[in-house]
Amino acid sequence: MQKGKKDKGKEKKQLQLRGIPAAPGITIGKVYIVGVEDLLPPERNITEQEVPSEISRFKKVLESTRKEIINIEKKISKEMGVEQGKIFSAHLLVLDDPVLSEEVVTRIRKKKKNIETIFAEVLNKYVSVLSEARDEYLRDRISDITDVGKRILRNLIGGDTRGIEGLIDRSIVIAYDLAPSDTAMMHKGSVLGFATDIGGRTSHTAIMAKSLEIPAVVGLENITDIVMPGDTVILDGFHGIVIVNPTKRFIDQYEKEKKKHEHLEKQLIDLKFLPSETLDKRKIILAGNIELPEDVASVISHGAEGVGLYRTEYFFMNRKDLPTEEEQFNAYRSVAARIKPHPVTIRTLDVGGDKFLSQLDVPKDMNPFLGWRAIRFCLARPDVFKTQLKAILRASAFGKLRLMYPMISGIEEFRKANVVLEEAKSELRKKNIEFDKDMPVGAMIEVPSAALTSDALAKEADFFSIGTNDLIQYSLAVDRVNEKIAYLYEPTHPAVLNLIRMTINNGHKENIPVGLCGEVSGDIALAIILIGMGLDEFSSSPIAVPELKKVIRSVSFLDAQKVTEEALKMTTGTEILNYAKAKLMEMVPDIALMN
Amino acid sequence: MIIKKEVIVRNGSGLHARPAAMFVQIANKYSSVIKIVKDGQEVNGKSIMGILMLAAEKGARVVLTVDGVDAEAAAQELETFLLKEKDPEM
Repeated sequence: MQKGKKDKGKEKKQLQLRGIPAAPGITIGKVYIVGVEDLLPPERNITEQEVPSEISRFKKVLESTRKEIINIEKKISKEMGVEQGKIFSAHLLVLDDPVLSEEVVTRIRKKKKNIETIFAEVLNKYVSVLSEARDEYLRDRISDITDVGKRILRNLIGGDTRGIEGLIDRSIVIAYDLAPSDTAMMHKGSVLGFATDIGGRTSHTAIMAKSLEIPAVVGLENITDIVMPGDTVILDGFHGIVIVNPTKRFIDQYEKEKKKHEHLEKQLIDLKFLPSETLDKRKIILAGNIELPEDVASVISHGAEGVGLYRTEYFFMNRKDLPTEEEQFNAYRSVAARIKPHPVTIRTLDVGGDKFLSQLDVPKDMNPFLGWRAIRFCLARPDVFKTQLKAILRASAFGKLRLMYPMISGIEEFRKANVVLEEAKSELRKKNIEFDKDMPVGAMIEVPSAALTSDALAKEADFFSIGTNDLIQYSLAVDRVNEKIAYLYEPTHPAVLNLIRMTINNGHKENIPVGLCGEVSGDIALAIILIGMGLDEFSSSPIAVPELKKVIRSVSFLDAQKVTEEALKMTTGTEILNYAKAKLMEMVPDIALMN
Repeated sequence: MIIKKEVIVRNGSGLHARPAAMFVQIANKYSSVIKIVKDGQEVNGKSIMGILMLAAEKGARVVLTVDGVDAEAAAQELETFLLKEKDPEM
């Protein structure tokens, strides 16, 4: 069934594969390899007399396949909502396509080959043309066509094919690509997870997996070549990792991780509707970080109140052209509308550093993190910047948007960015296009100079958001990509904590809210210290939200303030970290034990 | 009746995927024969494959030909669809 090498060594070696995380969760189990490679029957020549019967066989199969699809559509609409069911309307369009069936009929008359061969030829022709399409969305839709195509082929050939339907035991499904209808037939009970060679985060399969809540990793490139029937794999849908034939140590480690997440899931249900406030009723906003509009679902399901960081650069990646204003507007609007009435803090393009965009022609800096990036780049390229600002402004009419500039190093940069924003606003006004006139505009505080001059910035900014990842690397002069000096990257370094506290205090003096986004926000040991500093908002990856909420609800602001005070008297990062961990153990033991 | 119109595609992301499917669904409501020509390539307007092959991007110039008893209404609705700036929600 599976393609690939059967002559692997006698001893099964552990192998770690990295793909794209498509649906969260961790699962460990035996593999079930879904094969589609041998769907093609041998080619056969037919006589003139056989042509009509082959054509009528084709028409009959089209009809039965159509019934099959309608049944799946009904089932999915009922179980998973009308939205998911709609995927199959696209399948019906392909099935009913006049050009496709005409071409099959013409070719069979001309070539006199069995219908399976002819149909596969025509199908491949369309797939190969479409796979060269520039549009990612369009390329993802190839799976619609192959899905229907394979279904028709399966029905033409008849007999046994190893489809997902054959799966009985609880297994992890491995495939080159999974058709949406395959994913749809998966039952939570028998499918533990799935891993595929191809696919992106926006492919139907990824979306389906998320709604079925089955962990999934896609885009693994060659997993079907690597795994063999009977292999055990660990599938980590949070990080997009698949470990084939894991050692006992890895299995134990992941079992622990899995339990932790299951435990969290339970807490999540309990915590989801409870307010995020301390024992003494200090309200702290818990928001989620997102990269794509699809991530909104996870923000909502984890009980986050809004989006604290919408990274927009992913929009610009993996493509040759620049996203249009319209395209950006549609994405921003959909996020704003879905998160409403909660706010969405949208960060303008943060390119450079470790994120390069081919179409923008950003030269490689010797020192990329100190180079031409983020707001520096945007101010130099007002065409790119203003297009994005207009899209954001237009979307602000559909929800509660907050605009944030990355990598602000001082007040002048903030003012310059606002000049472009005003230009964008007046252009929209001229066209009578609506936008939120009072959209708050904030600065991301991630350069030490901004933190040190946050008193001045606070007079003009509507809010601050502390970006800890960069703030740490800039203030400690530690390249966070370099593993040799990773030990120096200390979130608890007194210098870092003092900059954070200074920013919060300066913000509060001018009555503006101060939030924090970055890995630290999800670093549970530090949470109490940050609460004690008076932080107004945490924005973290949505999966970290329940844990943070638990901590917030378990401490009083008064006690947290005392912890902060003690911590800031210490002189080393190690001391502070150990103290923070000890306090977490004392105040929120069940969370401390899980970490 | 035959109606022939030159239209510039204004759909947000061109005549791709979702808009293409919408176009075909509209076309199928009418009995007229519907054709689209772009750069000399002619495709059946009722075929999703055909339209996808055309790869008409936003701003592309296409010629829409509608032939049949309900040509007028069909041409009208399809033209309006192509000129809509907002991406359709399916």
